[in-house]
Amino acid sequence: MKEWIFTTDHKRIGILYLVGSIAAFAVAGLMALGIRVELMAPGTQFIEPDIYNVMLYFHGAAMILAFLIPGLTGFLANYLIPLMIGAHDVAFPRINAFSVWLFWFAIVLALLSLAIPNPPDIMWTGYVPYSSQYSSGNSSFYVFTVHMLGFSSILGAVNFLCTVIFMRAPGLGWMQLNFFVWTILGAFVIQLIFIPVLAAAVTLLLFDKYFGTAFFVPDKGGDVLLYQNLFWFYSHPAVYVILLPAIGVFMDVISTMARNQVFNYKVAVFGGVWGVVLLGSDVWVHHLYTSGMADWIRIGMMVTTLLISIPVGLLIISLVGTLYRGSIQFSTAMWYTAASFWLILIGGLTGIPLAMTSLTLHLAETYFVMAHFHFIMGITATFAVFAGVYHWFPKMTGKMYNESLGKLAMSLNFIGVNLIFWPLFIIGVEGMPRRYQDYQMFPQFEVSQWWSTIGAVVVALSTILMIWNWISGAIWGPKAPSNPWGSVSLEWTHTESPPGPGNFKEIPKISPNWHPHEYSKA
Amino acid sequence: MNKRSILLGTVAAASLFAIGAGDAGAEVLNDHTEHWKELWGHVLLDIGVIGVVFGLMASYFLVAYRRSRDDQVGSGPKFSFAQSMAWALIPAFVFMADDFYLAASGWKLWNDQRIVPENALEVKLTGRMWSWDFDYGNGKVNTNEDGLVVPQGKPVVMRMKSEDAVHSFFIPEYRIKEDLMPGRVTYLWFYPKSVGEYVFTCTEFCGTNHSNMWGKVKVIPAAEFDAWLNPPAAEEVAAAPAEGEAAMAAEGEAAPAAEAAAPAGH
Repeated sequence: MKEWIFTTDHKRIGILYLVGSIAAFAVAGLMALGIRVELMAPGTQFIEPDIYNVMLYFHGAAMILAFLIPGLTGFLANYLIPLMIGAHDVAFPRINAFSVWLFWFAIVLALLSLAIPNPPDIMWTGYVPYSSQYSSGNSSFYVFTVHMLGFSSILGAVNFLCTVIFMRAPGLGWMQLNFFVWTILGAFVIQLIFIPVLAAAVTLLLFDKYFGTAFFVPDKGGDVLLYQNLFWFYSHPAVYVILLPAIGVFMDVISTMARNQVFNYKVAVFGGVWGVVLLGSDVWVHHLYTSGMADWIRIGMMVTTLLISIPVGLLIISLVGTLYRGSIQFSTAMWYTAASFWLILIGGLTGIPLAMTSLTLHLAETYFVMAHFHFIMGITATFAVFAGVYHWFPKMTGKMYNESLGKLAMSLNFIGVNLIFWPLFIIGVEGMPRRYQDYQMFPQFEVSQWWSTIGAVVVALSTILMIWNWISGAIWGPKAPSNPWGSVSLEWTHTESPPGPGNFKEIPKISPNWHPHEYSKA
Repeated sequence: MNKRSILLGTVAAASLFAIGAGDAGAEVLNDHTEHWKELWGHVLLDIGVIGVVFGLMASYFLVAYRRSRDDQVGSGPKFSFAQSMAWALIPAFVFMADDFYLAASGWKLWNDQRIVPENALEVKLTGRMWSWDFDYGNGKVNTNEDGLVVPQGKPVVMRMKSEDAVHSFFIPEYRIKEDLMPGRVTYLWFYPKSVGEYVFTCTEFCGTNHSNMWGKVKVIPAAEFDAWLNPPAAEEVAAAPAEGEAAMAAEGEAAPAAEAAAPAGH
């Protein structure tokens, strides 16, 4: 126990991130299940509006801030980056330990916010002036959770940028990095630049609510839209903090399982990853298309938002292209990756009408938006975390999970999420608003809502099967071969499974011809 | 006319439309709801084509390139510099062309939605937790239970503000919404094409009764509306309302406080 709490080993810290983020995922997932059951019929079934709003707040906040971001940039980055670049550990192991402590404290604080008398009910967006003047919930719990997670992420960003810049194995050039490493660099650059803005936004909210300032109070010279701009200035790029590493995981899994080089690697790195980082920071007003911003900026950000299709398109071409003339072996991780093509395609393409201000005047704040971002950000990235756990499971535990059970759970999960969100896409276009505890004005949507709830139950079952597979595999699974997928990447070829302290007995020397995605001459 | 010139023409037309927007539109009967449906159809087709192309390609690759022997490795193409740039620039230009086409059509519809016809009927909307008031400017004020009564065939513009949290006024039938907030006046307009009752509702989260903040847009024939808005003898109407759904101004003023906590029942 003690050697886990006080550990500075990046692999153990990675596992701690995994456990914490899966715990957040489980609680937030139960909230989602409760929300879906409540919505099976119009009117109040068994969750009163105030409790419903708390559940909705927690589901959004925990899934994004405590599951997806830490799952990808905490767990996977910690476990894999030093192994992939041939380093003994990260640049600052004790700061890394502090990051995971902050993360765990934040999880505890977030869970505490559910136990206090007036839990926050301000949604993860925390729009003022509801959050600062009219909500009776203790918004401070949410604000401090954001502070802690933000602090943790900034420290992580500094740590991993330094690690990749200064601690690559001798001879390992920039163009010889795993694609996942590039996406993590992009994600952490975004975190480093934009988190302070989110921290500022919620701090001003805190001051308005508890200390009588008036940053967002129009009567005293404040401005309501200022908060929304500050919030989305971070929170849109945050979508790419989640999406980029997810694509990185898929690219590494495809390259390994298809034993094929990444299609157009350099273009995918510079045009794709860094294109998303650059362009993704200039599109946040598309979250404010209906919020009364000046017309000219709504039109301007419509153009930048549509142009995001270029770097994202390049990334998708590389994902699909890496399959071309490959030699694909279908492990569970590869099943998740194949399914993610569908998720990225549907989620990405439904983003195109939403990029258009004029269509969004109708679609904003409906189930269409909700289904869109669940596909592209929520489920795609969740599948990336799951694919990551399965793909590197033999590396982390030295044992094998049950492949058939893994594929069964994956199939149920995939069927379930489609069952949840396709009906919601449809009733969203017909005008069903988000964040409704009751839809008595739209009784015609009951059938769609009912099917959606069935989908949620299927997903819950699949999640139980998956977690059981992980736990039983880690305890009783058969011993895994040292390189079960036949990968040429450093973490498989040069370390034990699981890697001992310091990872590498001897730091590998990298030849200029070697590439972690190059199989044809191996 | 080939596709390229259609594209350029659309961009140019949309730009001209935007430049000349200040004096256009006033006399034109401009039903942006219909235009929304048209554009939605075009965009669905556009993304459908992209989706089918990528979807079929990925599915084909997943099936065709399964591993047949254990020692088999992939043989993906190795690109020269020129080839890799071509694989970047050609798709980028295709995407960009589509983006600009979509942006131009989106901008055109945007102008339809945002430029208010001059003959529009103006209604002042006040939102609060958790009800709406519709002020017709002649002392007539409807609550959300009374509904938003509007004449058929005449554009209606809502000038909107909020007394507390941010709300959003959404009429799904007319494909339009806009937020209301304290400190700013926002607007939206719509064209009530046919007589009937249509749901309006709040779409910005505003607390406990957010999902009960709804009512009906009641579109009635123009002649009936004139009689309803400007009754021939004001005293008679004050004593006995001509129509059941019409509320008196005095009631409208007094009602919100009592109704704030009660859901809008129908």
